[in-house]
Amino acid sequence: MKDDYIIELRNVSKSFGNVNAVDGISFGVRPGEVVGLIGDNGAGKSTLIKILSGVHPPDSGQIIVRGREVRNWNAARSREAGIETVYQDRALAPQQTITRNIFMGREIKNRFGVIKVKTQYEEANRLMREIGFTSKVFDPDSPVATLSGGERQGVAIARALYFDADLIVLDEPTTALSLVETAKVFGFVQNVRDRGRSIIFIGHNIYHVYDIADRFVVLDRGKVVMTVAKDEIASAEVLMKHMQEIAEMAHADAGMLDA
Amino acid sequence: MGLGAKPGGQQQKAREDASALVKWARNNRRAITSTLFLIVMLIGFTLANTDVFTQFKTYRSVMIALPISMFLVVPLVFVVTAGEIDLSFPSVVGLASYAFASIVDHGGDPLVGIAAALTVGAALGYLNAILVVRIGLSALVATLGMNFFLRGLINIIVEGFSIAIPEIRDTFIHNLLTDDPIKIVDHLGIPNQMLWALAFTALGVFLYNRHSFGVRVHCVGDNPESAAEMGIDVKRTRTMVFIFTGVGAALAGIFSVMINFVWWPTTGDGLLLPVLAGIFVGGTPAWGGIGTVFGGAIGTTIVAFIETGVIAAGLTGFFTQFFYGLIIILSLIFQRFNGGRVR
Repeated sequence: MKDDYIIELRNVSKSFGNVNAVDGISFGVRPGEVVGLIGDNGAGKSTLIKILSGVHPPDSGQIIVRGREVRNWNAARSREAGIETVYQDRALAPQQTITRNIFMGREIKNRFGVIKVKTQYEEANRLMREIGFTSKVFDPDSPVATLSGGERQGVAIARALYFDADLIVLDEPTTALSLVETAKVFGFVQNVRDRGRSIIFIGHNIYHVYDIADRFVVLDRGKVVMTVAKDEIASAEVLMKHMQEIAEMAHADAGMLDA
Repeated sequence: MGLGAKPGGQQQKAREDASALVKWARNNRRAITSTLFLIVMLIGFTLANTDVFTQFKTYRSVMIALPISMFLVVPLVFVVTAGEIDLSFPSVVGLASYAFASIVDHGGDPLVGIAAALTVGAALGYLNAILVVRIGLSALVATLGMNFFLRGLINIIVEGFSIAIPEIRDTFIHNLLTDDPIKIVDHLGIPNQMLWALAFTALGVFLYNRHSFGVRVHCVGDNPESAAEMGIDVKRTRTMVFIFTGVGAALAGIFSVMINFVWWPTTGDGLLLPVLAGIFVGGTPAWGGIGTVFGGAIGTTIVAFIETGVIAAGLTGFFTQFFYGLIIILSLIFQRFNGGRVR
């Protein structure tokens, strides 16, 4: 069963100074699964995501991709392994064109490093139409700085889509988006799952996460405190209640430290 | 049907051509602005002194030393686009060309001298990168310190003596790379060094816009966090631009010694401000992420013509700095219309 995982973290830890941001977490994602990653501020969600995407190397623990351990894990390796992350800050370079942003770090080039400008432009154009960019005001050569928040999210998602990732990580994808744009993101998640690909969905909004995920992983102060399938949780309210219990436990622990 | 469709198709084609032109202009507006500025400035100089500025030899005389600046400005545009700065290049020019001159002076093959100079330039560029990228010092302060440090090193090594290498005259490599200024009267082509500088600029334009190195330099300067998240090795990219500048400085130094037949302990010193001005006058903004290599070459050309123009216009040398400042500020105001600062 374990070999089913696309990617698996085993006993992974990461600390910044004295803070154990991620403290011995083991966690895996199966094909076609939508995992909702939830937890309060400072629970370690962002650090966990940055370990998965290779931005922060873990201090200890193993990273296993399709049953094989990968060493010297970094952002380029993570993308090679089929993991695309749509970051909370969108990870865009605002002064660069839409095309350059879509292909940032993974340009279409020949073996001498010369970029196939025309191919990239056409692919970017096709992708933008696919995700519903129809405005004639901008084209793939427009700088990202000229786009709205939702459109920028679209560029970040188009990038994940283009590389046909097996696992797409969405970090707070609905933050600062309008209702219409949020609905679009949900449609996108549905679409990706229908294609048999996996998603990790991180959100503050428990209702959003409940609607979309098959399985929930709850983090608290760097540890996984609960893993539960959706069919074991009757409603978003029940999930909410669990979260509150975890928060109260945290308070109780803190109280003990004070005493 | 066929007759009716044809003019429509032509119209459509014309419209597409027009919009392609508009798009090209929009994508290259910074380089276009500096080119227009150069043309306007040259027209102004020509009106002030028609005799001088309608003669080719005026332009030719500027093209003798201009290449030295061009070998510097091209890599420096990469550095500034990457969000860094390198103020050590005048002393890197000095030290790298010292390696070249002393090898030739001791009877070594000029090609060995060139290889040695390029190695010294690349190594000093890497040293800058260690200070800025690995240790994390401010590029402005660290490279300024390096500029003093390396010039001091030169002074300690040579104790004020210069190196003359007249023996390089009429060697194959000298004739290939430069034109003898003595032959200027009976030779009216573009100096060879200018052709090499143009080739170097063309290579720079290509790397900057069409090669993954240049594109990554843009992304790193624009938003280093995003670039890292997308798997670009930010430190490696930054290291490369410093090494590139070291190599450009070595080339500038080699050409300087070849053109003058002399290496001075001060070689490269006078280049700091004019070359820096050339970057920004050319349309590369100081905040990183965008820029233009072609514009940088135009910018250094603008700066190179200022002195000639001021003197030819009948003003005394006392006016040179005044016009340097005036033209730099005016050109930056023009570039302002291509978008304000983003940070």
